[in-house]
Amino acid sequence: MIKLEHVRKIFTDGTEAVKDLSLEIGEGEFCVFLGPSGCGKTTSMKMINRLIPMTSGKIYIQGVDTMKLNVNELRRGIGYAIQNIGLFPHLTVEQNIATVPMLKNWSRAKQRSRAEELLDLVGMDPGIFIDRYPSELSGGQQQRIGVARSLGADPPILLMDEPFGAIDPITRVNLQDEFLKIQAKIKKTIAFVTHDINEAIKMGDKIVLMKDGELVQYSDPSSLLYTPKNEFVRNFVGADRVLKSLRLHKAKDVMQKPPLLVQIGEAPSRIKERMEKNMLKWAMLVDENEHFLGWITPDDLKESKRIKDIIKPPTVTATLGTPLNEALSMMFNSVIGTLAVLDDKKRLAGVLSFQHMRDVLGQYMDDSKTDTGGIQG
Amino acid sequence: MWIQAWNYLLNHPDKILGWTLQHLYIILVANVAAAIIGILIGIYISGKGREHIAETVIYFASIMMTIPSLALYGILMGILSLLSLPSIGFLPVVIALTLYGLLPIIRNTYAAIREVDPAMIEAGRGMGMSEKQILTKVKLPLAVPIIMAGLRQAVVMNIGIAAIGSYIGAGGLGQPIFRGIANYRTDLILIGAICVSLLSIIVDMIMGRLEWLTTPKGVRIRRNQ
Repeated sequence: MIKLEHVRKIFTDGTEAVKDLSLEIGEGEFCVFLGPSGCGKTTSMKMINRLIPMTSGKIYIQGVDTMKLNVNELRRGIGYAIQNIGLFPHLTVEQNIATVPMLKNWSRAKQRSRAEELLDLVGMDPGIFIDRYPSELSGGQQQRIGVARSLGADPPILLMDEPFGAIDPITRVNLQDEFLKIQAKIKKTIAFVTHDINEAIKMGDKIVLMKDGELVQYSDPSSLLYTPKNEFVRNFVGADRVLKSLRLHKAKDVMQKPPLLVQIGEAPSRIKERMEKNMLKWAMLVDENEHFLGWITPDDLKESKRIKDIIKPPTVTATLGTPLNEALSMMFNSVIGTLAVLDDKKRLAGVLSFQHMRDVLGQYMDDSKTDTGGIQG
Repeated sequence: MWIQAWNYLLNHPDKILGWTLQHLYIILVANVAAAIIGILIGIYISGKGREHIAETVIYFASIMMTIPSLALYGILMGILSLLSLPSIGFLPVVIALTLYGLLPIIRNTYAAIREVDPAMIEAGRGMGMSEKQILTKVKLPLAVPIIMAGLRQAVVMNIGIAAIGSYIGAGGLGQPIFRGIANYRTDLILIGAICVSLLSIIVDMIMGRLEWLTTPKGVRIRRNQ
């Protein structure tokens, strides 16, 4: 747990970078410091491990006043990862990862086994990488090592300063996804700085939105998007905040029960009848184990073939965990405009449609009635 | 003349070896001193907030380089005699060579340490390295090959300047050259000149190898790419 109490920072040139900031980051919480450049987010984060000394106020980590600790001991107990990674080029991957264990005088054997463990965690084969040098790795691999290094001595707290900022967009998305999986396992208390609203929404349990050294809104991502506190927040999250909010929801939260299921042995005429009765232009074909086999449309039934012969295997399907932004883009690729959601055993779990998504998201938009629909800007 | 020089070489290898060893000894003492002083000064002036000191130190070290060696020997003779220290021979030459050797060593140490990627230093500090650990575990290992390059430059340059030291009685390979000039013995001049040149080339090669050996493996790989 990290607690900031009335923290202020005035630099020697007189600029007040952080004005009276108080907030608490709960145990195991992923807290993103977000805001335009110069808003004080990085300064706030760096005051936690005293890389920047605060002018006044108190910061507590697990209830202990950080000013009462030896500064190097404090930092060795907090993981630290930065945008430029800063791997040591003269040291091997193992030595880089084991930097803090080395500073803490762990045995060589323990350092190596910890490095192996962390390489596994970040998805890199220790057999291949442990004795390599940073210059032999790609940018994405280097950043993985940077993350592994920050976890070196298994600190309860992690500070991350735009760790994925300098990486190409594709690798960045992969690293974000992987890091979320890692965090689900290790459940660290994280202070993560970014200026990228999408990254903040994707990664954070909580978002601290700052402006001119002040905290503007501290809330979970959905509150930030659905109930922005003021005009600044509204503008910062952007006119497409509803689209951004899509990624906060998973297919399983929004999907409906499939309205029309068809078994493989059913007669085409009977299927046609049921479609007309339900006023649907499609039916979903499943086998006896509820595995989804494909869509059936009235066109398929015209030439009275057997069902077996008209099966078109589904090209796009979502899983229970697919975020709605991805699901939506899949829908555009689906001929039917409707998306089948499969569970982890590939059984049909539900179906997603435009109309239903709209209805569900509408419930979240508390201010949707007063909003003029984004035309105002 | 070449034949005479060759004959001299065959007849007096002991003398030539003696001068060479004397020469090497002067170089060794002077450059070890220059390395110790220069690296310490270089580390000191690369510290945070010492940019002005650094500028001044490097300025004075550069001025030192512009003083002709004979003039510097003269100045040192004056100072040493005031202190009632031996004012000719080994001591003033070693002091002069130490002073000459400082500039490349200070300059390279300073530049190498200042050029270490700030991200590495921030990462080190953020992970709880003390300033001393940042210096010994991050900055210096990365700076060593560049410091070695400075030392190499100093040594090779000093081999030439040391030859002039024979003029004030320090011995070494300058001795056959000056004796040759005084006695119209071109063979002696040739022997001295060739030996000094060979010594420079060989020492330069050895120092180059040393420079490579002290480059951390991870850094060497980067250079090869």
